[in-house]
Amino acid sequence: MTRYGPDECDVLIVGGGGAGLRAAIAVAETDPTLRVAVASKVYPMRSHTVSAEGGSAGVIKSNDSIEEHIYDTISGGDWLCDQDAVEAFVNEAPKELLRMEHWGCPWSREPDGQVAVRSFGGMKNKRTWYAADKTGFHMLHTLFQTSLKYEPVKRYDEYFVTSLLVDDGRCQGVLALEMATGQLHTIAAKSVILCTGGFGKAFPFTTNANIKTGDGVALAYRAGVALKDMEFVQYHPTGLPFTGILITEATRAEGGFLLNKDDYRYLQDYNLGEPKPEPVLRTMELGPRDRLSQAFEQERLKGRTIKGPYGDYVHLDLRHLGEQHINERLPMVRELCLKYEKIDPVTECIPVRPVVHYTMGGIHTDIMGATNVAGVYAAGEAACVSINGANRLGSNSLTELLVFGARAGQAAAAYAKESPDFSPRLQALADDAAQDIEKTWIAPRSKRSKDTIAGIRKELHNQMENGAGIYRDAKSLQTARETVLELQERAQHVALQDTSYTFNTELTAAIELRNLLELSSAIIESALQRTESRGSHQRTDHPKRDDEKFMAHSLAYRTEYGTAPRIEYAPVTITRWPPKERVYG
Amino acid sequence: MQKTITIQVKRYIPEKQPTPFYQDYEVPLETKWGVLDALTYIKDELDGTLAFRWSCHMGVCGSCGMMVNGQPALTCATFLEEYLPGPICIEPLDHFPVIRDLVIDTDAFMGKLKYVKPWLIPAEERSVDDGENRQTPAELAAFKQYTLCINCLLCYSACPVVGLNEDFLGPAAIALAQRYNYDSRDAGQTQRHDVLLDHGGAFDCTLIGECSRACPKHVDPTGAIQRYKADGAMEFWKRLLLPRGAAKR
Ligand SMILES: Cc1cc2nc3c(=O)[nH]c(=O)nc-3n(C[C@H](O)[C@H](O)[C@H](O)COP(=O)(O)OP(=O)(O)OC[C@H]3O[C@@H](n4cnc5c(N)ncnc54)[C@H](O)[C@@H]3O)c2cc1C
Ligand code: FES
Repeated sequence: MTRYGPDECDVLIVGGGGAGLRAAIAVAETDPTLRVAVASKVYPMRSHTVSAEGGSAGVIKSNDSIEEHIYDTISGGDWLCDQDAVEAFVNEAPKELLRMEHWGCPWSREPDGQVAVRSFGGMKNKRTWYAADKTGFHMLHTLFQTSLKYEPVKRYDEYFVTSLLVDDGRCQGVLALEMATGQLHTIAAKSVILCTGGFGKAFPFTTNANIKTGDGVALAYRAGVALKDMEFVQYHPTGLPFTGILITEATRAEGGFLLNKDDYRYLQDYNLGEPKPEPVLRTMELGPRDRLSQAFEQERLKGRTIKGPYGDYVHLDLRHLGEQHINERLPMVRELCLKYEKIDPVTECIPVRPVVHYTMGGIHTDIMGATNVAGVYAAGEAACVSINGANRLGSNSLTELLVFGARAGQAAAAYAKESPDFSPRLQALADDAAQDIEKTWIAPRSKRSKDTIAGIRKELHNQMENGAGIYRDAKSLQTARETVLELQERAQHVALQDTSYTFNTELTAAIELRNLLELSSAIIESALQRTESRGSHQRTDHPKRDDEKFMAHSLAYRTEYGTAPRIEYAPVTITRWPPKERVYG
Repeated sequence: MQKTITIQVKRYIPEKQPTPFYQDYEVPLETKWGVLDALTYIKDELDGTLAFRWSCHMGVCGSCGMMVNGQPALTCATFLEEYLPGPICIEPLDHFPVIRDLVIDTDAFMGKLKYVKPWLIPAEERSVDDGENRQTPAELAAFKQYTLCINCLLCYSACPVVGLNEDFLGPAAIALAQRYNYDSRDAGQTQRHDVLLDHGGAFDCTLIGECSRACPKHVDPTGAIQRYKADGAMEFWKRLLLPRGAAKR
């Protein structure tokens, strides 16, 4: 039997964000004798979960019901969610959030000491738990700090995973680049859980952190796992122009208004209900994100948005909330506006425009996080279970990290215990993967290409924004398709300037770019073939939802590098909530 | 009108050159650019070999701390306009070994964090079926400030004690211990005393207050340490006078 010295474990988790840490704790709790490790390209507390602001949904109050949370999620997702998954999710949500409370998460509280909840877009009742407007930050730090008490959890911090090692249809570990030294390590593992987050960085204007390049999704894709519902990309209606910094939906839940250039609450013109002075759930500013972002785009076409140096925008008005309320409930919003826009929301309107925020699609998993490749699991934004369907509701995602992180941890632990010894070919596989990196990126070039990583990235961004943005059509998608395939080819010949092994961030950026290119091509092809409009996927040449043909998940399978994926469809699981028209207002 | 600004970067690439050197770059002076935007511009357009960490670009992930004109700062939340007419000198955070260019080695800090037991140690384990712990807004306010640390390490590079004594737990780790000590749900203070009273613990701090001035999130580690010194002194005498088991109870 081949052994891998210290770099061998039972369950390896790739990603130290909310999903990854929750999964690690689940493994440690399922069986303390299992060796569990977390590999992450950034220190866990730097993960993108840290940026989440608004909150995390789970039914806890007596005036709320499981049934309603399920319905809001399914209708919010335009009936593309798997209903068995949503049911499990909603049922387990309160327990997971309570567990966070027991681990010390500093949830905001009611005067009597109970956990407080706030309204959120598309939700009929108040059920979003929050820790001021730094919810993700507090959840991530709580999870990270809690994970430290579990001795079996080993960490590979700043290890960048470059490939999955799959032998005989069974994943048995990864190849990872240790950033500090540039060494490539084999980490053998009986099962691997991919918790690497989304891929908003395929787009130029995004709330997503620099690290959100969909690496794990691309790793799975290359290992033969299908990518589900890739065409569904969420635009959040309120990002700061230029930086793309998110102004949380909680601003609107607290009573903020969206105003066009005539100070008019324009959402009333888009089937989102009547404007009232107080926020009303599931109407107006508290409608779902896809509809709000689309309304902005319509307003823009009518010339009723405001022109700015970084694109058109509208105003988010919080002034009527008052300084005290803003400081108490939205301190981070005020801080961000003062810092990055040099305006004070207490006295001025905030300029906002739609911004790419969340990727509903991702690694095709079942309800336990398992994929079609044995030993590969996924959870969090990287995965598509699917509970988010065609449009995620705000504050469902943080909860999803907990519920499905825990489930994947348990399933991967059970699998690891049963799985046979490592294959004797593992080291050879790892050597091949390492050689591939050397050959592609490090070996000297025979012909020098003029392309740079940043240059290709910029071209990709243009294509994605123009071809696969809020509104798409066959023509825009086809142009994007051709260009992105060509970019994939060109990316293979980029010469790196940095030939050093120590902390080579140009090398990791190159690998990330290749991942983004592959995923973009899956987004485009899935969008091209879905000739209907649903949720966040709006085709101007096919403006209606078509349940007959497309009440189905798209599954993108990788073909050869540089060619478009093959798209297949799988049925949506419908249990008790037959498809209806989506009504707000 | 000034159109560009000079960014002077302290570089270190151990494989290529054993000693650090400074390199100047001329970048466009854009009104909304933070220092980090200038660095990413350099990386993308001028010199792909420059290494630095960053991620969120909104002052919350704690990756992008560097010395900017001699002061520790989050480069994504520090703006070019604050340094006109330039040049702006960027160096890795003080008091840490440098891995390369602006990337410091923070492993020792990660070890210290774990050492203070930064997790909730309840008086008795509860299951989720027992429901939530009640905690009033006032009880929350008693420790909330100390939860806001983003581990950016600016305080370590501002702290003169950290510079002299590598065993010192340092401002962020002690503030984190206090975050749990003051949480109404926690009963782990005694266990944390063992660490905080020890060599390298809170009493090594000389209360100069540089950490609190450097903190971008207003955590006030000095305040946390000062409060600990009051509690810790009591505990110290108790431990001296009573047998260890008795003091621990
Ligand atoms: C600004 C913002 C605000 C948000 N607010 C909310 C909100 O209020 N409520 C809500 O429900 N959702 C919110 N979301 C969405 C939610 O935060 C994310 O979907 C979620 O945090 C993703 O968590 P994750 O654990 O899946 O991944 P992440 O937190 O993104 O973590 C990914 C991890 O994978 C690691 N990784 C990636 N690639 C590699 C690799 N190649 N090798 C090794 N490691 C790798 C990274 O290092 C990181 O540790 C928000 C999102 C944004 C952008
Ligand atoms: S990049 Fe995250 S704090 Fe600056």
